[in-house]
Amino acid sequence: MSAAQVLSSQEVAAAVPARFAGVRRFARAFRHRPSGVAGLAVLLLFSLLALVAPLFIGQDQLDVTKVDGPLLSAPSGHYPLGTDQAGRNVLLLLIWGSRESLRIGIIATALTVVIGAGIGIVAGHYGGWVGRALMHVTDWFIALPSLPLAISLAAVLGQGETSITIAIAATSWTATARLVRAQTLAVEARPFVERARALGAGDWQIMVRQVLPNVTPLILVSSTLTVAGALLSEATLTFLGLGNPASITWGEMLNNAFFNGAFTADAWWYLLPPGLAILVVVLGFTLTGRAVEHVLDPRTEDRS
Amino acid sequence: MSSPATVAGPALEPPAAATRRPRTARMPWARYVAGKLAAAVVSFAVTLVIGFVLFNMMPSDPVRTMTRGRPVSQAELVRLRVQLGLDKPVWQRFLDFVNDTLHGRLGYSWEYQRSVASLTMSRIGPTLLLMGTSFVISVLLGLWLGQRSGWRAGSLFDRITSSTALTLWSVPTFWLGMILLMVCSVGIGPIHGFLPAGGMSDPSLPQSGLRHYVDVARHLVLPALTMILVVYAQYVTIMRSSIIEEIGSPYLLTARAKGLTDDNVRRRHAVPNALLPSVTMIFMHLGTLISGAVTVEAVFSWPGLGDLTYEALKIPDLPLLQGTFIVFSASVILMNLLADLAYRFLDPRVRAQ
Repeated sequence: MSAAQVLSSQEVAAAVPARFAGVRRFARAFRHRPSGVAGLAVLLLFSLLALVAPLFIGQDQLDVTKVDGPLLSAPSGHYPLGTDQAGRNVLLLLIWGSRESLRIGIIATALTVVIGAGIGIVAGHYGGWVGRALMHVTDWFIALPSLPLAISLAAVLGQGETSITIAIAATSWTATARLVRAQTLAVEARPFVERARALGAGDWQIMVRQVLPNVTPLILVSSTLTVAGALLSEATLTFLGLGNPASITWGEMLNNAFFNGAFTADAWWYLLPPGLAILVVVLGFTLTGRAVEHVLDPRTEDRS
Repeated sequence: MSSPATVAGPALEPPAAATRRPRTARMPWARYVAGKLAAAVVSFAVTLVIGFVLFNMMPSDPVRTMTRGRPVSQAELVRLRVQLGLDKPVWQRFLDFVNDTLHGRLGYSWEYQRSVASLTMSRIGPTLLLMGTSFVISVLLGLWLGQRSGWRAGSLFDRITSSTALTLWSVPTFWLGMILLMVCSVGIGPIHGFLPAGGMSDPSLPQSGLRHYVDVARHLVLPALTMILVVYAQYVTIMRSSIIEEIGSPYLLTARAKGLTDDNVRRRHAVPNALLPSVTMIFMHLGTLISGAVTVEAVFSWPGLGDLTYEALKIPDLPLLQGTFIVFSASVILMNLLADLAYRFLDPRVRAQ
């Protein structure tokens, strides 16, 4: 074994604990926020359900033409949460719904973050008229009432998940853009960016190699809050009839419950669970996001 | 609730607004008003452009959408295109659209065969009633709870208020409305429905006089309650963080040194100062109120602008949707302008030149 190899393996040995120490410190601080831990637990539970759902739910239990349960019957041993207007098991619909609702929420958030972070970094990096123009555009979008805008967009694009996803991203990127721009300005004022520039780094390299890694933690934290909002918007737009009627999401379930006689049948078991599921998951994302935010930046401790 | 943009809402910090303002402080009054007016006009122009692009540049063909599900001849398609002005070039259509809007017509509804402006005017009253009631109550409730819990941050009262607010914020508005509808008006189990299920008044009663007002008030309870429950949470958060912002201020120490009671320090000194940034933030969040109105009106068939939007959406009647979108946006711009102007009057530091 040569001397160089010994040195490098020592370096690795020194580097690994340091890296894990950071994670451990973070986990310790996070553990002291019970609300954050509860939120994270809820999210893990629902993600797990969403992932394993196909193992025990088949299409024959979800297809309205193939199910044979009683219509809108109250909860019983065989149907713990009752059945819907087509005789489907509400509990299974609820579990399957977590799959599709979470998927749309997360894709919409990813799109929001990409648009928001892109515009934020560019606006922060190029001050001058480019930055000002981009921030004016952002301000105009902030002033627009988001639900009417999302409704109009989704109506023009037609029913379906794609238009809902686009509508959510188009109305929620502004918050991310403002946040990322502010952070970009802060990062660019630091000496290592100046050093990179002195060494001949171009605009692209500074934005991607210097700024992006430094704003990423912030983007990730804010995106947990964005998912919460996206889930609520998805439910709202789907409830208003903009979703794909054949898919099973929590919003679609509530739409069915409202328009297919859950009221006249007093079918609270069809109305209550999807809304509670949305509430719990949204709360889970919000609590997790806020706990992470507090751990990363303890100054926010007392505030909100 | 809560639509996407509102996620960041409560996180936006009041001091940002507060530190931004004084820079304009030394400007003469007339110049200040002119500047704000010009900004509002520009915003409105941008809204018109966005509205036009949204409804005219999209890949979907409105004639196809209109005639969906029924057989149409080629000649009829061409005739419809001419009737809707779709045969003209885009710039011509844009000028027509701007001209139409500036003359207060806002386009022509396909479904109702009436101008969108007249439809909007007939629906604006109920929306103002619903939104006004909910806004006033939720602002009062939110500000009061917010200042109490911010003053004693971390206390039991604060923890209960804040977690209730957070939970209600996470509830989908329309679902809360449906639950209230089921419990209070349809009735469930031992509870019998005691409030009307939808609409704004009972058509079998006379449409004027005291009984009519009582009837409308009874119809207003559930929709307004739904909106208040969802919206007040934001105001709690805003007021709470601006009062926490004030707590360390030296002037509060002075007030205490004078021997004022804790209640007086809060009421006379901390609250008035915390109110200013809060009021600005509240007006910046008007969009949430509008989003709430759309879903609440749809659930309770409240005959306002939100319900009109929902009807337009079901058809879909694109000119009507475009019109309501512009009306909603214009009202937000107008309210923000009023808030900016009111700020000058409210804050002595800005008024003093």
